[in-house]
Amino acid sequence: METLITILVGVLVTVAVYLLLSKSLVRVILGTAILSHAVHLLLMTMGRLKKGAVPLLGENAESYTDALPQALILTAIVISFAVTSFLLVLAYRTYKETGSDNLDALRGFKDE
Amino acid sequence: MNNILVMPMIIPLLTGILLVFLRPYVLVQRVFSLVSIAATVAVSVTILNLIQSDGILRLDFGGWLPPYGISFVADSFSMLLVLTTAIVTGILLIYAFSSIGRAHENMFFYPFVFFLIAGVNGSFLTGDLFNLFVCFEVMLLSSYVLITLGGRKVQLVESIKYIAINVLSSWFFLVGIAYLYGTVGTLNMAHLSVRIAEVGQGSLLTVISIIFLIVFSLKSGLLLYFWLPGSYSAPPTVVAALFGALLTKVGIYAMFRVFTLIFYHEPGVTHLMIGIMAAITMIGGSIGAIAYNDIRKIVSYNVVIAVGFILVGLAVSTEVAIQGSIYYLIHDMIIKALLFLIAGTMIYLTGTARIQNMSGLIRNYPLLGWLFFITMLSLAGIPPLSGFIGKVYVGQGAIEAGAFVLLAIAFLSSIFVLYSLLRIFLNCFWGETIINEDDDVPLKKGMLIPMVLFGILTIALGVGAEGLAPYVTDAAHTLMNPKIYIDAVLNSDS
Repeated sequence: METLITILVGVLVTVAVYLLLSKSLVRVILGTAILSHAVHLLLMTMGRLKKGAVPLLGENAESYTDALPQALILTAIVISFAVTSFLLVLAYRTYKETGSDNLDALRGFKDE
Repeated sequence: MNNILVMPMIIPLLTGILLVFLRPYVLVQRVFSLVSIAATVAVSVTILNLIQSDGILRLDFGGWLPPYGISFVADSFSMLLVLTTAIVTGILLIYAFSSIGRAHENMFFYPFVFFLIAGVNGSFLTGDLFNLFVCFEVMLLSSYVLITLGGRKVQLVESIKYIAINVLSSWFFLVGIAYLYGTVGTLNMAHLSVRIAEVGQGSLLTVISIIFLIVFSLKSGLLLYFWLPGSYSAPPTVVAALFGALLTKVGIYAMFRVFTLIFYHEPGVTHLMIGIMAAITMIGGSIGAIAYNDIRKIVSYNVVIAVGFILVGLAVSTEVAIQGSIYYLIHDMIIKALLFLIAGTMIYLTGTARIQNMSGLIRNYPLLGWLFFITMLSLAGIPPLSGFIGKVYVGQGAIEAGAFVLLAIAFLSSIFVLYSLLRIFLNCFWGETIINEDDDVPLKKGMLIPMVLFGILTIALGVGAEGLAPYVTDAAHTLMNPKIYIDAVLNSDS
């Protein structure tokens, strides 16, 4: 199971890198979103995947899930949500200001 | 357990939230921000002195003992940086009052400065690696807002690059945390240090440490500084000064913490890499600093050179060199703020950023000219000023460790710093006065006073280094002996 998820993480990172390297701003933003999802999955895998066990343990629980990675992911998701929404607004403003979402067209300034 | 530890983070945070509601009342916002930053300075001084008498302080949130809960740990190193941050921000705020403009002040400029400070102070104080990530993000999100606020075309385009690169480095940070947790099963820094010492820093852990090296290099601009000059020249002067003084320093702090406390077992790999990266950074920064005619670019490349120089101390890792790095870190926070302010003021006064379009400014603005002269000497490391002591100690440490190549590059880079600033001085301040007295833009008192304050600070820090010595010695001693830190964090009876 862990191996499978790790491969999935790899696939997601590949897709994200492809999107990040493209010229369209919206694609770059989607790339960052997928990139952060990939690492959330990785975090979860690092806490070992167990089926049917709850995180909370009594004194003599036989099997339990490590709750810490889940707490980490929750925090990381919130942060990446905030960053992605900020980026989307920024992309919109940039588009309105420059009339383009092509990163090549945004390079260089005559007034510099 | 000491609740005062949370104050350097909670004061700016609450001030920021409060200021959001005071949006229309600019004057009230200004008064509140000054009072709150003064309170932060006072609290920081108190904690710093408390550490000297009681040793390292710790605060376990919610009473969860380490390594289970998140804790704040304050040693001399982190508190020195917290204190400097507060002082620098206070003076920068005074500059902002007269320069940033009503539009910014009404659009949540002050709240986001305070959120930024909360993130910076949190990063300095936290004792948990994931909490460090969260504090980094608090700081970065505020910096995203500050860099885009105003919405000029340059700002928008530069901020896209800036945000993209930071999202990527945060991603690496999370990957590093995931691997580290998967390998040793803890994220408390002291606990990590203990466990890694137990199992030995094998090749797997060294690889993980290199992921952290990449993360902090991206944040601090060590070798991976390609994003820095562009981003730091886009925002308004005071924001650029805030970034130049504080943001890269947080990355440097994290690097010092991680590579002296957690991954210190394989200096042959990690510290050698830091050394090589520092050398290339200084060379690249020097080339950049003399290559451009845009004053903002020159100043930004000076930030890069300083990052390389400070990390020479970490690369050679002797106690004296670390002391030098700490002195230089404090000096650099102050002097870079001053340098960015002077550069921004020059652009404000002349309306151009190109040095060949300015001339003879010292006739129009004598005090500004002399301040620039002091800054230049201080950055080059001329004795009575604050840059000197750091350079001497870093040099002495490098000689002790036999790192002569690094030493040569470090001191050569100082000459390039001097040359790059001398070019500005000769071009802009000397020469024929081209602005006649009737149309020169008056230099506002509110802009001059903060710069003079920074000038006084750099002289005071140079002359009064003796007073700072006990704190710096203690900080370097703690960094070089991880056991002191670990004992303070993991003993549960205090």
